Amino acid sequence: MATRQRTATHGDPIRFVLDGEIRSVDGVAPTRTVLNFLREDLGRTGTKEGCAEGDCGACTVVLGELAGNDVRFRAVNACIQFLPTLDGKELITVESLKGEDGALHPVQRALVDCHASQCGFCTPGFVMSLFALYKTQHDPSRSQIADALAGNLCRCTGYRPIVDAGKKMYEYGAERQDRHQHWMNCSFSSANDRELNQSEREMIERLRAIRRSKTLFVRHGGSTFYAPLTLKELADLRLAHPDARILAGGTDVALWVTKQHKDLPVVIYVGDVAELKAIDRTDAGIDIGAAASLTDAYDALVSTHPELSELYRRFASPPIRNAGTLGGNIANGSPIGDSMPVLMVLGTRLLLRKGRRARELGLDEFYVGYQKTALEPGEFVERIRVPRRDPLSLLRTYKISKRFDQDISAACGAFCITLQKGKVAEARIAFGGMAATPKRAAATENALVGRDWSEASVKAAMAALDKDFAPITDMRASAGYRCSVARNLLYKCYLETCGQKAPTQVVEFAM
Amino acid sequence: MDSHPAGGVGLSVPHDSAHLHVSGEALYIDDIPEVRGTLHAAIGMSERAHARIKSMDLSRVRAAPGVVAVLTARDVPGKNDYGPVVADDPIFATTLVQYYGQSIFAVAAETVEQARRAARLAVVEYEDLKPILTAEAAVRAESFVLPTERLQRGDPAGAIATAPHRLSGRIHIGGQEQFYLEGMIAYAVPKEDGTLLVYSSTQHPGEVQHQVAHALDLDANAVAVECRRMGGGFGGKESQPGLFACIAGIFAQKLKRPVKLRADRDDDMLITGKRHDFVTDYEVGFDDQGRILGVEFTLAGRCGYSVDLSCSINDRAMFHADNCYYLGNVGITSHRCKTNTQSNTAFRGFGGPQGMIGVEHVIDEIARFLDKDPIDVRRINFYGTKERNVTHYQQTIVDNVIGDIVEELEESSGYRARREAIRAWNRGSPWLKRGIAFTPVKFGISFTATHLNQAGALIHVYTDGTVLLNHGGTEMGQGLFTKVAQVVAEELAIDVDHIRVTASDTSKVPNASATAASSGSDINGKAAQAAASTLRQRLTAFAADQFDVPAEHVRFSNNHVRIGERTIAFAELVRLAYFARVSLSATGFYKTPKIGYDRKTWTGNPFYYFCYGAAVSEVVVDVLTGENRLLRVDILHDVGRSLNPAIDTGQIEGGFIQGMGWLTMEHLWWNDKGKLMTHAPSTYKIPVANDVPPVFNVKIYESGINAEDSIYRSKAVGEPPLMLAISVHHAIKDAIASLVDYHASPRLNTPATAEEILHCVEELRARVNEAAATSRTEKVSA
Repeated sequence: MATRQRTATHGDPIRFVLDGEIRSVDGVAPTRTVLNFLREDLGRTGTKEGCAEGDCGACTVVLGELAGNDVRFRAVNACIQFLPTLDGKELITVESLKGEDGALHPVQRALVDCHASQCGFCTPGFVMSLFALYKTQHDPSRSQIADALAGNLCRCTGYRPIVDAGKKMYEYGAERQDRHQHWMNCSFSSANDRELNQSEREMIERLRAIRRSKTLFVRHGGSTFYAPLTLKELADLRLAHPDARILAGGTDVALWVTKQHKDLPVVIYVGDVAELKAIDRTDAGIDIGAAASLTDAYDALVSTHPELSELYRRFASPPIRNAGTLGGNIANGSPIGDSMPVLMVLGTRLLLRKGRRARELGLDEFYVGYQKTALEPGEFVERIRVPRRDPLSLLRTYKISKRFDQDISAACGAFCITLQKGKVAEARIAFGGMAATPKRAAATENALVGRDWSEASVKAAMAALDKDFAPITDMRASAGYRCSVARNLLYKCYLETCGQKAPTQVVEFAM
Repeated sequence: MDSHPAGGVGLSVPHDSAHLHVSGEALYIDDIPEVRGTLHAAIGMSERAHARIKSMDLSRVRAAPGVVAVLTARDVPGKNDYGPVVADDPIFATTLVQYYGQSIFAVAAETVEQARRAARLAVVEYEDLKPILTAEAAVRAESFVLPTERLQRGDPAGAIATAPHRLSGRIHIGGQEQFYLEGMIAYAVPKEDGTLLVYSSTQHPGEVQHQVAHALDLDANAVAVECRRMGGGFGGKESQPGLFACIAGIFAQKLKRPVKLRADRDDDMLITGKRHDFVTDYEVGFDDQGRILGVEFTLAGRCGYSVDLSCSINDRAMFHADNCYYLGNVGITSHRCKTNTQSNTAFRGFGGPQGMIGVEHVIDEIARFLDKDPIDVRRINFYGTKERNVTHYQQTIVDNVIGDIVEELEESSGYRARREAIRAWNRGSPWLKRGIAFTPVKFGISFTATHLNQAGALIHVYTDGTVLLNHGGTEMGQGLFTKVAQVVAEELAIDVDHIRVTASDTSKVPNASATAASSGSDINGKAAQAAASTLRQRLTAFAADQFDVPAEHVRFSNNHVRIGERTIAFAELVRLAYFARVSLSATGFYKTPKIGYDRKTWTGNPFYYFCYGAAVSEVVVDVLTGENRLLRVDILHDVGRSLNPAIDTGQIEGGFIQGMGWLTMEHLWWNDKGKLMTHAPSTYKIPVANDVPPVFNVKIYESGINAEDSIYRSKAVGEPPLMLAISVHHAIKDAIASLVDYHASPRLNTPATAEEILHCVEELRARVNEAAATSRTEKVSA
């Protein structure tokens, strides 16, 4: 390891489990990424850096977390995960999988047997994404396997043999009983078919042993990191450090470190605040804690709004959705986040907290300019409140990007139309990628309200979109295309809700 | 006794590193345990596309935490250049910067992070010059890196002028980032007496050796370059790793410390060259059957700021402007455009794909114009086997199997019936349109720079009977090491498990060519076979002598040697040979026969043989948004007698998907200042698992056999399958054409992103409406 500056260290050690052992780490900058820690500090070089921005998956690792009496496994990108966020968790890397006797894990064997590696640089990431699938799903379809691999790039194989391996990995069974960490070889189905075995109980015990009872505090090299456990502690810390950077999934903030080489003097991590991760379904709707992962939040949203399932499938990648949060997607203030258009048309309100004061604000009032929000100093997003849907409303969302999976939208449109006696009683339309902020299309909505839901009024409303948006040309799309496609998306929404039967969804043919 | 050892040629032996890939134990250069005192370097880049440097203040860089040294052009001890062919690639730009991202200085620091932070602290004053950013702008300005070339056969102008039908047009063909998963990296470790060991992720260790030696003013024998494996290359690591190796080497020599330079992904993409984008103009004359009577192509390839490998790349585009078609009267003009962008370089296909797209586009236009199935127009233009079998560069094609391949695939894919079914389906589907296309590939194998078609190998046999194999090729994932080991296993009749392939190393096999042009297993396989054959002959002679039998009674099979009536283990024979003082090490050498051509007249045999293949692709396109999905692909591809069907299938599938990415979603976008804005996977999108068609039938052409004496009659497989993906582009066009009942041809450029497709749809509708309006007007006035 290269010599690193030694600076004063205060606070708590970061504790996590690796290969069945509890590790306690201090003297490391809190913005050090898990990837650099693994490669440079531990010399575990199996986990690779392909992009350092969470877009290639070569650095995929799996985290195990206590969830009641069980452990939940999820793949994340080590390159954009800060080390202190490991606290209290089990870290599983590609090196963890191979047995002490040198035998390969079923996932690894399947990849070898299917000829699924060529240059091999992406392979450890695929191993870990498939391992997460192996532990969480039984007998996935090819499409589900491909979805699980949406965050892993391979430039050599063309993927077919890798997807084959995702099928084949279940065929080997967990025949090896002799291993210290036997639980790794048990796939989801085998783990659920019987009582927890000894190695699983031991794993859970280790995780319980490192459970924290107070805020994690790490200070090193001019950077301070807090991971509070309760909403009150978070609110107090936020008030005390109004300039602190709130860290949730880190899917954007980490890039400030890995790409822009920024210093983050104070970081408050919200991922350990139990209240903020809770998702409540009430008569009023779905009430989502701001630190709920995108995976959990969308699981809840799709259960009541099945029209969002395609958007969910194409939203980033599993590792990003596992790390990223709905609150982060909102509070980040990006004009191209994919959640905002649909949340806006669903009438979502935000609960904002500053110390003991809480206030509600409509999501469509939250953005005040490019990457600017209505948050006051010391204030943060606590909850996202999606009202119960009007059962008569027609809901559609569309994402336009160069690649179907894990791509940032050129334009993302959401439409919520309520008809009464064939006329538009209410129209809520919002777009991302069309302006400096995610934005409602007021002129277009006005052009529709009170009219028939007919080709003629939709065509008239399409023309009104030009009054709502004057998008820019950039690497994702030209201004001209953004305008054309936005108009056509409104038309497509009409086609899909007017009773005509001709197909409109290309994905239906590609399953 | 079974004469075949485990893992000889023709078997689907797993990649020799597969067990290391999956366990994370395969060492790439950044994984090699660092030598004590290792420093890390970063490159300071130009922030202008074209400018004079008025001043460069590096004091903040030098003062930054952890910084040990800073380099500029003045600090280069030898030649400030790493150009592979022409000396026009400065390691550090001096007074003139020629693209956004060009290296102008470098910094070495204690950590990667410190080096990268420091590299951002330079204060550079520029005097802006007007940049040329596109091939079209370069042609207008007559800005070329090399003179324009012209290849002509017959009288294209006359043939076009007198043809019953004429068409002309233009197609833009986009570039492509290699996107090797392992970025550029070099690690230079000083050794005694001023010598240097450089670990470089390179397809061409020999070239890196020379580049570093020149930059450091060292003899070639003072620099050793080693590479066990790359995390992908695809051509991107053929000529340009030299920049990174030279900088690491200069630092290491100056500081007497090991120095590693690993480019961040964004920096890698900003600095290094990509596939050349092309603007291709054509004019064609043809008869009622669609037979091409005369065709004229003008190819404008964007080379970027320097020559790099652009000469051979554009030559190959010219050589492949025919694809599978006999062009009796043809003219090809090739401009090598100089622009203020990255120096474009090798990428799988090496100009061939761009050349091929031109003629495939022409065929499609003809078919649309004549309202024929494009497959029929293709067939009528195919090279013959007895006549019409001489290429536009006067090479007689003796191995033409395209007709057979097309026939078999047409049948197995159900192309004709599906085409009809799709047309019927489209009539009832106004918003989604399906399309299908069938395209063939013929690709010439050999380096067109004839001297590069040579290879060397080195084999040691140890007294326990195990074998160490080394050759001049490099492993970038293509399975070369596995295939060559299979060749040696076959030759020595031992299990492939007994053969270990070691890192490519300039001190083991000297002066090796780049692993490129799909030639890796052809030439290194042959060289290794020669070395193994030498050893086998020595062992045979020894056994015959030792056991007093005629040499022809010594036979190697299945890890044993039969000597007259006696059978002993291979290892035992080796042991005996050692005690009898027989040399157990041999080199092998190979040069490709029968090739050579005159570049002045563009005549001769640039290629040893040709690879063939064909693909049928089916897509569905959303004509409201331009979104599309690839639904089904059928491929039949000729690899001769496959050395390893699993590895060859991997090359075919991987090449196809990579080509599909190039032609559909991979979009390089520079802003108006000349900065590449798609410089990371967040903005540059290569295919993922869901982009693979749900039906993907890939078959190796079973009757395939190399007509030439190649290694076990196999054929090269690296590049040719990429071009099978042209069928995807044509299938999208077919889908769009359904909007106007196939009566007009969509003008679809590449990459066919959703935006490009929607634009094409709108343009097609406008064109057809305008034509209808004009014809109405004409009728009225008549």
